[in-house]
Amino acid sequence: MKQYEITEEPLDISKYHSYTINASQGAVCMFTGHVREWTKGTRTVHLDYEAYKPMAEKKLAEIGEEIGERWPGVITTIAHRTGKLEISDIAVVIVTSAPHRADSYRANEYAIERIKETVPIWKKEIWEDGEEWIGDSRRYHSSLEEDK
Amino acid sequence: MNVLLFAGLKEKIGNSRITLPVEETITAGNLRKLMYEEFPQITGDVFQIACNESFVKDAHIISPADEVALIPPVSGG
Repeated sequence: MKQYEITEEPLDISKYHSYTINASQGAVCMFTGHVREWTKGTRTVHLDYEAYKPMAEKKLAEIGEEIGERWPGVITTIAHRTGKLEISDIAVVIVTSAPHRADSYRANEYAIERIKETVPIWKKEIWEDGEEWIGDSRRYHSSLEEDK
Repeated sequence: MNVLLFAGLKEKIGNSRITLPVEETITAGNLRKLMYEEFPQITGDVFQIACNESFVKDAHIISPADEVALIPPVSGG
């Protein structure tokens, strides 16, 4: 595994969990995002995720750096799966460990919010009667910051 | 200049990589205009431009050797 990883393989969450543990860390928070069958009354048959892999891994690492600045002492690892995913499959795993639980919770939620804003990964929903690439165009106003 | 495409833009244009007739530098803003001219099927589609794996603003100057990618609104997680 890599600390920040895009992979087509099923996510073995125990590896990411173990990665964040050392003698300083008293709390580990793990989030897994799963493929949901029903969204606003529409039944998803499966999902197809695509990524711009090298940039996506770089952006995941940047999220880890941001977390390190906001919550010093937190260890982060994030993996996102691509390709065809079935209902209940794990699409993303985020593990944040910290000496105390408050920082691990906060850092974990921060990570998923940032993934949804900045990481070049796309989800296509495949329904019984059609399909569509999902994207949130509200994220694309001019307020978006250029990379440093 | 090679441009990488993803998701809906890739499907509408029909290729994951295209070559634009740009041999000198171009601003990201002009690249965006050129894309809409060359590929009217993406009219109205919003995207950001990434240069060498970083998001850039419209004033950014892109060289032909840079790795350029069009980034439609993301939907990971």
